[in-house]
Amino acid sequence: MTAVQDAPAASPEIGRDRRRKEDQRLITGRTRWTDNISLPGMLHMAIVRSPHAHARITGIDLDAADKAINIYDVFDGKKLQDTMGVLVNAWPITPEQQAPTHYPLAVDRVAFAGQPVAVVVARSAAEARDAAELVDIEYDVLPAALDLKEAAEDKVLAHPDLGTNKVAFWQLDSAGQGSGRAIDEVIAEARDGGIVIEREYRQQRLIPAFMEPRSVIVDPTGEQITMWSATQIPHITRFLLAATTGVPESKIRVIAPDVGGGFGGKLQTTPEEWITWAVARWIGKPVKYTETRSESLVSAHHGRDQWQRLTLAATKEGRVTGLKVDLLADMGAYVGVVGGGVPVLGAWMFNAIYKWEAYQFNCTPVLTNKTWVDAYRGAGRPEATYAVERLMDELAVEVGMDPLEIREMNWIKHEEFPFTTVAGMTYDSGNYEAATAKAKEMFGYDALRAEQKERRDRGDRVQLGIGISTFTEMCGLAPSRVLGQLNYGAGGWEHATVRMLPTGKVEVITGASAHGQGHETAFSQIVADRLGVPFEDVEILHGDTQVSHKGLDTYGSRSLVVGGEALVLAADKVIEKAKPLAAHLLEANVEDLEFGNGRYSVRGTDQGMGIAEVALATFAAHNYPEGMEPGIDAESTYDPINFSFPHGTHLCAAEVDTETGQITLRKYVCCDDIGNIINPLIVSGQVHGGIVQGIAQALWEEAVYDDSGTLVSGSFVDYLLPTAADTISFEIDHTTSPSTTNTLGTKGVGEAGTIAATPAVVNAVVDAIRHLGVNDIVMPMTPERVWTALQGGGRGTATVEAAEPHFEGQEDSR
Amino acid sequence: MTRINLRVDQENVSDDVEPRMLLVQYLREKLGKTGTVIGCDTSNCGACTVHLNGRSVKSCNVLAVQADGAVIDTIERLADDDGTLHPVQVAFRECHGLQCGFCTPGMIMQAVDLLNENPSPTEHEVRVGLEGNLCRCTGYHNIVKSVLYAAELMQGASKEGANA
Ligand code: FES
Ligand code: FES
Repeated sequence: MTAVQDAPAASPEIGRDRRRKEDQRLITGRTRWTDNISLPGMLHMAIVRSPHAHARITGIDLDAADKAINIYDVFDGKKLQDTMGVLVNAWPITPEQQAPTHYPLAVDRVAFAGQPVAVVVARSAAEARDAAELVDIEYDVLPAALDLKEAAEDKVLAHPDLGTNKVAFWQLDSAGQGSGRAIDEVIAEARDGGIVIEREYRQQRLIPAFMEPRSVIVDPTGEQITMWSATQIPHITRFLLAATTGVPESKIRVIAPDVGGGFGGKLQTTPEEWITWAVARWIGKPVKYTETRSESLVSAHHGRDQWQRLTLAATKEGRVTGLKVDLLADMGAYVGVVGGGVPVLGAWMFNAIYKWEAYQFNCTPVLTNKTWVDAYRGAGRPEATYAVERLMDELAVEVGMDPLEIREMNWIKHEEFPFTTVAGMTYDSGNYEAATAKAKEMFGYDALRAEQKERRDRGDRVQLGIGISTFTEMCGLAPSRVLGQLNYGAGGWEHATVRMLPTGKVEVITGASAHGQGHETAFSQIVADRLGVPFEDVEILHGDTQVSHKGLDTYGSRSLVVGGEALVLAADKVIEKAKPLAAHLLEANVEDLEFGNGRYSVRGTDQGMGIAEVALATFAAHNYPEGMEPGIDAESTYDPINFSFPHGTHLCAAEVDTETGQITLRKYVCCDDIGNIINPLIVSGQVHGGIVQGIAQALWEEAVYDDSGTLVSGSFVDYLLPTAADTISFEIDHTTSPSTTNTLGTKGVGEAGTIAATPAVVNAVVDAIRHLGVNDIVMPMTPERVWTALQGGGRGTATVEAAEPHFEGQEDSR
Repeated sequence: MTRINLRVDQENVSDDVEPRMLLVQYLREKLGKTGTVIGCDTSNCGACTVHLNGRSVKSCNVLAVQADGAVIDTIERLADDDGTLHPVQVAFRECHGLQCGFCTPGMIMQAVDLLNENPSPTEHEVRVGLEGNLCRCTGYHNIVKSVLYAAELMQGASKEGANA
């Protein structure tokens, strides 16, 4: 931690809005998406998927497909059973967790519509797809578990052999773990003269919908087997390929080339990857599979999908004393790589920025016959933040206070940090007062409140609402010991190597694996400052297990706070390692050398030498001290000591047309405290994109199934991604409480906007029409649901039928 | 198979194609022009946007045979031969109008068309003009900013041209 003082005085790069190094190739079309790669003799694979949510496979006839022209081979699950491996869950949340075996290609039963059942390999993608039409599969349709609540009652079993749909039961109890009082006690107290608020909220099912469809190529022709994949997690994929298919890890190379977005959706080891792996090895030639968008929407994992039952206890003055949470989390048909860990990540976040006496979190992940559910931007934390930020508004109404004031009354004051929460997390730093004050000012809070009142009094047809979300999140996954206690199958460290090339250039290898975040730029800035070399001289290498042999990839806003720290440590090691050599060449004592701005200088003299010169001297190796090896490269594996806890205040003004239910966003302002900022431009992009994904959950997006278990929002016609015309521009700013748990003082930012925005928007809409008797609207808040709520029809029921067509949404937005 | 002749990125090309082949497949698979990408199968995302006879089209929505005789321009030749970027490319980098960059070729080609039609659009006009192009990363904020900035750059350039 003393490194802060040791750092070079000048930091010309950190904090600078550098334009991105990545952009040149991306704006000129010189990109390497996996699907752009083509190998000599490469074959193409098409997948035949189950049309049924739950069925026994009674017969597969591959003959006609096999005989089609230019078809290389055809496969079903039985044929590949011994070689295809299995897809695993890396986070069994309890030792007793029940999870079905997940074969990449179904063997005798399908458990969701869209599950791969057979594959065809052909000389071209078009021929493969044509022949896939010829595959004849007979099914015996079984009853399907589709509704989450019913599934939780085990009425219909998603996997009959398991005997239950419940994967596990996971609890965090403040009394049990000694971080607070017993929840039932404080609820009982509140029932006697205090305030008890009981609500049930729905987190609808979302689809990550990264823009680049997933694609994978496996080349088995070399000594090593190489996989290119549009993945967030090349290192984890390599490890699990070795662990489940018996190929030695040293014979496997996984490359994530340019990857077009992920948002958690590419934090997965997929059936498509495993099947391509098995088929390519079987045939002995390179095989490619690229999904269509429709395949992507139905088979890449979904996100959210929870029912939250909440009981909030408070004193009659509005001081919250406790919260009890009962979560049902839909896992879909299989437990993915993070799986039940996703809702469990929310366990430490329901208490958010507040000080409570008691807290209990109960979570039951449940299997259904739908597409599997796993991490999606925020993973567990948006759901938790949504619940608590909605409840704080409800409490404000009960008490008759401004919703910002009720929050302030309950939040941790800036002088109370570090603060150990009722959930047992220690927040290192934060200043909720400062962020809120700034956001209020930017927003023009008081003026908007006045306008709201005026329009309310006037009975304006279009009502104004103000939505607040004072969120925090835990990110920078994660201290390995904590993960160990939670039963997670891996650590949370990150690795970096700094290589000093003889020409003065610096190669930096990181185990983080970017897919749009701008690591090449931000990481170059960090290393340039640390080593005192020009930004342009730093090259960041990542995403190829042969180059970056060690890493834990990119998710959970961890790249900067964990991966960035590993860079700092590796760079510091280089500086230390080169010091004796520099002293030797300068004919000085090591103790007399100081390092700053890229130079070793002899204290009290004008003698010195640049680190690039030392690198060149190391390469020549003509003259170096006894006992030293001619090399100054260094690597470091950093294991974080704590999570980091960014926070912020998001304010949204929305207008609601009380006659049509139409919602118009008028203003969105946020002030986030993400600690020290490496590159404000990149940060702004992360915040904007995050906010829109959060808003989209509130207003537009939902994966909808019909009652036979078919995904009806299975294309971009039906799954409503926001367009430029649906959204507005934002005002964002920052306050800064540097994190005390890493050298750079940074906190994560990748998920902040998504976590904060959803409750801000829903709170705004409810606030606009609360005086008309509305206190909740189910997401996505379609005009129809808003209108129904206004007619006294309640908040609207959870979607069971088709979403509205996209063109209607577009009509509305004009 | 049908013979088609067209001009793509300033080169004359000719191929036998299956009648069902989409223009985007032709560009990617036959010509290796992988700068243009495919993001959907319902013509919703705009990732495949190119210029056909000077106007933007979604190349997944055009058959290769329909492009017979046409002039096609893609992201790959938008910059000058000497590497000088088009003002829209400059603006996207300058304003951080891209993150993963997957939507970017289509966004840029659409933005160029938009600015050709309307050299000084309002924010609202930009938003509506880009409605057929989806981006999952940026939240559009900086894309809109990029296009408005590109308009400024292009106006500046044309004024300079007029003054010279
Ligand atoms: S690929 Fe053409 S619009 Fe999506
Ligand atoms: S930059 Fe990633 S989809 Fe637009």
